[in-house]
Amino acid sequence: MIRQNSKPSPASALALCVALSVAFSPSIAGANAPQLQDAAGNYGITGASRIHFTVAQVGGGGIVGDFGKFSGNFRIDGANIGRSSVEFTLYPESVETGESRVEDFLKSSAVFDSATYRTVTFRSTSIKQTGPDTAAVEGTLTARGKARKEQFSVKLTDWNNRQISFKIRGSIFRSPYGMDVGTPIYSNVVEFDMNIKGQKH
Amino acid sequence: MLRNSRSTFGWVTIVLHWMIAALILGLIALGFAMRRLSLDPALQFSLYQWHKSFGFTVLALAAFRAAWHVFDRKPEATAGLSPLERHASSTTHVVLIVLTLAVPLAGWAVASTSTLNIPSFYFDWFVIPHLPMAKSEAAETFWTSAHAILAYAMLALVLIHAMAALYHHVVRRDDVLARMLAKRPQLHGHIQKTNGDRLVAKRKYP
Repeated sequence: MIRQNSKPSPASALALCVALSVAFSPSIAGANAPQLQDAAGNYGITGASRIHFTVAQVGGGGIVGDFGKFSGNFRIDGANIGRSSVEFTLYPESVETGESRVEDFLKSSAVFDSATYRTVTFRSTSIKQTGPDTAAVEGTLTARGKARKEQFSVKLTDWNNRQISFKIRGSIFRSPYGMDVGTPIYSNVVEFDMNIKGQKH
Repeated sequence: MLRNSRSTFGWVTIVLHWMIAALILGLIALGFAMRRLSLDPALQFSLYQWHKSFGFTVLALAAFRAAWHVFDRKPEATAGLSPLERHASSTTHVVLIVLTLAVPLAGWAVASTSTLNIPSFYFDWFVIPHLPMAKSEAAETFWTSAHAILAYAMLALVLIHAMAALYHHVVRRDDVLARMLAKRPQLHGHIQKTNGDRLVAKRKYP
């Protein structure tokens, strides 16, 4: 008897399934996730951001580093994300890899030539929203005096009334900028993995 | 004939000898240039990689040369050499062969211990793994010095070796250099008494 009573009826099983599926539905669970529209405003990029990069090498591993000095601003248009914009400047002389000889080489005429070209800049030209909290940012990257269209993928990771955080990724070919020294030992592609934090103006 | 004979060197020994000689002289010049000259950093990087690839080539050739030296017969010493000369020349040859192995091995140790951790990508063809050595600035500095000192010691010995060969060729007019130039030895040459009582083998070419 006890066994019979503990066996769920088909109706109660169906109700449980519905309840679980509602509770873990992506649409409902995602209701609290930050959305780009909600984060509208003008922001300045703060020093708490991290500009991380990797250049793979044959046989595994590679050069991994960060840029310590950078600045920039962005504007999120809440009504039309496509009209948002970003401008970003980084200073190659601030490159950090944990090996001073690698840093000197990257700053030298072989790569950034930071004595001649003090900055690397990015100016967005088009932003397309690709999801509730993601976008593709296309713009002009200028390095070593050469300008070229590049694209980065952006994901909103955190946001409150004053601050906002993005995860930004992009794969940039070195050769168009005259920086392909060391290929094919080192990959022609620089993988950027950035955490950008903005402070609302 | 590929192998050494009783009286002279075979093609294998001759080709290895001159290939290794040309490569090590080029590598010493390249090593000096890339370390001591003020070069464009991109060019310097490339020169290092060429130096490593050619260095590994020397290591492979030298290993073959060493094995050939051990396993192939050695031609008899040219007639007219004193016991001291025979001893000095055979010792020099062994030390030279050891150095042609030791110098590139020390270079491999530099690449392996360097904190730069630059892969050795043999002529952009395949990766030669680093030796299982701990990477540190101290180890890299030590092996860099060892590599340079051994290379310059080898250069000094090569110069002595070359001068001795020229001396035999020009002054003594014997077969010491000629038989490494693949010229046929004086099988039918004459042995004559010179001013002293020493027997001297004279070259005789058709």
